[in-house]
Amino acid sequence: MNVDSIQNGVVIDHITAGRGMRLYALLGLDELDCSVAIIKNVVSVKMGRKDIIKIDADIPVNFDVIGYVDPAATVNIIREGSLVEKRTIGLPPVLTNVIRCRNPRCITSVERGLDHVFRLTDAHQGIYRCIYCETKAN
Amino acid sequence: MRSLINILDLSTREIDELIETANDIISHPEKYAEACRNRILATLFFEPSTRTRLSFESAMYGLGGRVISVSGESGSSVTKGESIADTARTVSCYADIIAMRHPKEGAPYVASLNSTVPVINAGDGGHNHPTQTLADLLTIQREKGRFENLTVGFCGDLKFGRTVHSLITAMSRYPGVRFVLISPEELKVPSYVKKDVLAKKNIPFLQTTDMEAVMPELDILYMTRVQKERFFNEEDYLRLKDSYILDPKKLANARADLSILHPLPRVNEISVAVDSDPRACYFKQVRNGRYIRMALIMKLLKEAEA
Repeated sequence: MNVDSIQNGVVIDHITAGRGMRLYALLGLDELDCSVAIIKNVVSVKMGRKDIIKIDADIPVNFDVIGYVDPAATVNIIREGSLVEKRTIGLPPVLTNVIRCRNPRCITSVERGLDHVFRLTDAHQGIYRCIYCETKAN
Repeated sequence: MRSLINILDLSTREIDELIETANDIISHPEKYAEACRNRILATLFFEPSTRTRLSFESAMYGLGGRVISVSGESGSSVTKGESIADTARTVSCYADIIAMRHPKEGAPYVASLNSTVPVINAGDGGHNHPTQTLADLLTIQREKGRFENLTVGFCGDLKFGRTVHSLITAMSRYPGVRFVLISPEELKVPSYVKKDVLAKKNIPFLQTTDMEAVMPELDILYMTRVQKERFFNEEDYLRLKDSYILDPKKLANARADLSILHPLPRVNEISVAVDSDPRACYFKQVRNGRYIRMALIMKLLKEAEA
């Protein structure tokens, strides 16, 4: 299967197979007008299988979202057909308005205009907790 | 601006200092009678409370200060849709310090982010209740003379009992402490307390449903009420509410120097026959709560001035 290379845009590579769609949804890529390709289950020497997302526009991407969904993913910025930046992400220490607290008793369930903020409390296990009620993120 | 939202906002040294001040207030209340003269405490209680609100108000009066208060959502602008953030900003203009209770977890933290005066968490849902923990710690210190090398039993609703979570967190900072967690299966301590507090620090703990079997091991028995207001389903509450009832018979195998604590109010979980037992400390705990809140109000106001 072939997907054309892009001239100006973003390639999110080394996504753990199966996480591409979640990343697509959380990054809000469905709202873009440009071409976006999700390539699932690509054969990878290093990973066995992986997902790749190609965005055919030079748009800012939320690195916190990528780091949260898949800290091992890499982000490649392409300009005029060349790779100008390659970034590995890792787990972000704080997530703001990336996910919502699911605790119905949390103040975020009723307070207007309040950011949903989660803090990385266990980097080893990748556990995030709501800063208000300490409920663990899914 | 320094607030008290979680007991871990205070170092063990600061807790020791608060306890020292509280003990001095107990011995020499007259020394502190004007300590907060012309200062105003606002008590914002968006959830029913008798003892905590009265304890804060009595503490402020004991320091020569004054109190303004809101009790229940029906008496506040919250019913008009005002946010916690706006309420905190507004009340900061009227008071020097705020004590807030709210049914939503994290509400006092949101208030502290928006207030220009110190905010004290007076209980946020099933989450934290740090001033009750300070009262518990003062009681333990006065009864046992130490925090180290104690076996502390918690019994009842350990899932929603915010006082339990706060006291486990606070006591886990002292060496040689061991916990015995007695509850029905449905009301066990939440996993985050076990993983983030107990497992992380390698603190020994035992989970059991059998109170009598572990009674001889305990230096402290912290009883809790199964709280109706924390259940979405009344059927579950009715099934679980009388899981444990402490009576003189169950104390037969307990140590002579056991200290029985309870954050109160009690319903059925401690028989009134236990009240006359010298090991019952729960009414001393109420008294201690007032004195430790006096010490805390003084500390936070002093720090806000600095």
